[in-house]
Amino acid sequence: MTSPQEMVERALELSQADDCVVIVDEGSTANLRFAGNTLTTNGVARSAQLTVISIVGAGVGVVSRAAVRPEQLPEVVAAADAAAREAQPAEDVRPLVEGAGSSANWVEPVLPTSIGVFGDFAPALGETFAAAEAGGRKLYGFAEHTLTSTFVGSSRGLRLRHDQPTGRLELNAKSADLKRSAWAGVATRDFSDVDVAALDSSLAQRLEWAKNRVDLPAGRYETLLPPSAVADLMIYMLWSSGARDALDGRTVFSKPGGGTRVGERLAQLPVTLSSDPAAPGIECAPFVTAHAPSRRSSVFDNGLPLAATDWVKDGTLTALMQTRHSAELSGLPVTPSIDNLIMRGGEGGRSLEEMIASTERGLLVTCLWYIREVDPQTLLLTGLTRDGVYLVEHGEVVGEVNNFRFNESPVDLLGRLSEVGAAQQTLPREWNDYFTRTIMPPVRVPDFNMSTVSQAN
Amino acid sequence: MRQIDPDFLALPLRQLADAALQRARDLGASHADFRLERVRAESLALYDARLEGAMDADDLGYAVRVVKNGTWGFAAGLVLTPEAAAEVAAQAVKVAEVSAPINREPIELAPEPVHGEVSWVSAYEIDPFSVPQKEKVALLADWSAGLLKGADHVSARLLQVKEQKFYADTAGTVTTQQRVRVHPELNAMKAGPSGFDDMSTIAPPVGRGYEYLTNGHYDWQGELAQLPELLAEKLAAPSVEAGDYDLVIHPSNLWLTIHESIGHATELDRALGYEAAYAGTSFATFDQLGTLVYGSPVMNVVGDRTVEHGLSTIGYDDEGVATREFDIVKDGILVGYQLDRRMALMKGLGASNGCAFADSPGHMPIQRMANVSLKPAPGGPSTEELIGGVERGLYIVGDKSWSIDMQRYNFQFTGQRAFRIENGALAGQVRDFAYQATTTDFWGSMEAVGGPETYVLGGAFNCGKGQPGQVAPVSHGCPSALFRGVRILNTVQEGGK
Repeated sequence: MTSPQEMVERALELSQADDCVVIVDEGSTANLRFAGNTLTTNGVARSAQLTVISIVGAGVGVVSRAAVRPEQLPEVVAAADAAAREAQPAEDVRPLVEGAGSSANWVEPVLPTSIGVFGDFAPALGETFAAAEAGGRKLYGFAEHTLTSTFVGSSRGLRLRHDQPTGRLELNAKSADLKRSAWAGVATRDFSDVDVAALDSSLAQRLEWAKNRVDLPAGRYETLLPPSAVADLMIYMLWSSGARDALDGRTVFSKPGGGTRVGERLAQLPVTLSSDPAAPGIECAPFVTAHAPSRRSSVFDNGLPLAATDWVKDGTLTALMQTRHSAELSGLPVTPSIDNLIMRGGEGGRSLEEMIASTERGLLVTCLWYIREVDPQTLLLTGLTRDGVYLVEHGEVVGEVNNFRFNESPVDLLGRLSEVGAAQQTLPREWNDYFTRTIMPPVRVPDFNMSTVSQAN
Repeated sequence: MRQIDPDFLALPLRQLADAALQRARDLGASHADFRLERVRAESLALYDARLEGAMDADDLGYAVRVVKNGTWGFAAGLVLTPEAAAEVAAQAVKVAEVSAPINREPIELAPEPVHGEVSWVSAYEIDPFSVPQKEKVALLADWSAGLLKGADHVSARLLQVKEQKFYADTAGTVTTQQRVRVHPELNAMKAGPSGFDDMSTIAPPVGRGYEYLTNGHYDWQGELAQLPELLAEKLAAPSVEAGDYDLVIHPSNLWLTIHESIGHATELDRALGYEAAYAGTSFATFDQLGTLVYGSPVMNVVGDRTVEHGLSTIGYDDEGVATREFDIVKDGILVGYQLDRRMALMKGLGASNGCAFADSPGHMPIQRMANVSLKPAPGGPSTEELIGGVERGLYIVGDKSWSIDMQRYNFQFTGQRAFRIENGALAGQVRDFAYQATTTDFWGSMEAVGGPETYVLGGAFNCGKGQPGQVAPVSHGCPSALFRGVRILNTVQEGGK
């Protein structure tokens, strides 16, 4: 097969457009899925996607093809060139990024992942199944490892590469009668740091907590949200923070009468929400990769260096997701999307266990699920609690509570937080198909809106 | 009838399949299947009548699935040579071997007749990929420009997919299939005195070609002409008073409630717990088959992958099973599930009803949703007659926000618009509404279903399920229907405002 580097060079040579960006994504993945202490599905797969972005004048043409053979390359490039010649002028047209040079590892071969990444994990999982079976628990879950190598080349000299390993394990333990359920998830780069037996033990403790059942009605409760649940809410807020839409007056970050809410205080506590490609443990691509034009990304920005960005700093909204084009329109700095998210609440945050210990009466949530937008004006979201809501009284968990449907806005929540704990790396429950790299704190909300009771258990 | 594209048939389909299946047999697999797919997708996005984004992409590859010593093994590859296909088969066997320590349920499949060499093509007239992009953009721009006269911003998009599948298994079934689907959608947004709001077209996605936009299959001009006025009315409408209401729900909204509260709840893999850690399980557990009162006696629900222009419709599923129609709810009672071959055998249900599907060559087939549809009442009432039977209620049109819990009990939906019903007549729109209910209570409150003239086939391209995540297109047909005493929320009050 032609190497991805050769594919980039050859496509750039073939293009007759004024300018051209070529992106090759080489992916490999391995996964194991299980339910009721046994395997259900598994697999290994490879992928190779070529994306040619041709620019003629201000017109853009994008063609993306999988598993392209060398003899097909001229046809793919010609199709992109033709689409660019026919296209209307793009509104976000800018000179292509120059001067970013070449990645040091550009020429190195791609080393795919394989089923071997589970060489130690699979037997450990088998032993954990046996332990769970003996303990009257059933385990459900999914383990996946992917490695994606992205090559970005341009007619302006870009030769950038990023290798992104992504691993995740979700473990869901249920009692034998399926009445009690608990969940834990971890993000990993290579599964060498995953201790599945320890995760199972922590879930066993939660199933013990759940033996005492307490039914509570809908209402507003003091609620402890763990890092995973906070991640799911903050990710949705990040996805809703496109500057272009805010400028058009159609998001929660639009300023009534025009402009954006950048500069407005959202949280009373010194909360910071940021992204950083170099953040230890959650490293991600340090340059922009835009496969297609959209409201939130510009193909002209491909290769733009990414730097640590504060979206919210000390409680104040400081940045929105920008392209160079939207940054000019808004008069704000160029702050493109970055593939990780960190939330911190200042110095001295307590652990979730310490927060539980200091709770007189409140709910402890495990995770949130089926989160959907109800109202973009306030970013009101609805969703469910899942796999364990616990009642905390006098500093201790005293039992498991029924599940609830919530209706809450993450933007509004920021302004009502009464405590932000110590941040740690976590796996979002709802969005981990798309976003796995987060560092989040547990938080205390004095009046979380549990709108109705869900019978699910 | 259209034919399968020659350039797909020109791929070395049989050579790759033969090489892969033979290697799997040689390595001791008791079952093996080979699936080669090409999925082409084009999306066009316009904003304020200008092209904002266009993407023309395809996915091409193949997969080998084996059963070795009672354990699944799955591998997918890209290189289109017999040698590479044989190697992928060997990888699938290796995956089965590595997975063996965690498998405690030997895999066996329900019997299915060998269908020999068969082909199938969906019902469409114009291949959307044969229409120049410029022509499609011009049409969407023209529609957008019309809407812009009554809106601050207009977004338009057109999704088009052509899916080609070749399947062969060690039993001897060989299928070659091709289907096309399109989804045009426009959205108008406008600011008003109490904030902004938007409204989208309610035209459903369909298993048709480009003719859906041009040949009178849908009244685009009629809907686009109404949209600005409806949006202006919505912006000026009062906020709904929370409480219990009778609801008349249009099929453009009800299809999604069917999808979430019946479609997913009657997937047998969910009922058996295979999705427990992710998509969830189902309150409709297997022990209640034949006894669970799902809804009122007027509730009759069928599953099929055969209805013309349905998004889930296909001739043979991804396990070589011929598709069919089957009952799910009859006279309000749960009587059936959606199945694949493994589950059909495991639960003693005889043959599969053809619901195995993989969304790409890189993914293993899992049980996915058929077109799950609520049947109309022969000679039943019109939508106006249903509204006429309501003293105080809401008439809800178009889908928007949706959410349901992991056992499919508690749900909450909004819509594109809702009209007050007062003494049997519509009395203007309300804003900020959502309906919230428990599945069996909701369907139990269904007093009447409309007649066949109210029936519409709705649906979506993007039903998500499984890990790794897979998306599937699916349609849901239904008539307008009348529900009594459903809880309506005021979403502004829910947000604490």
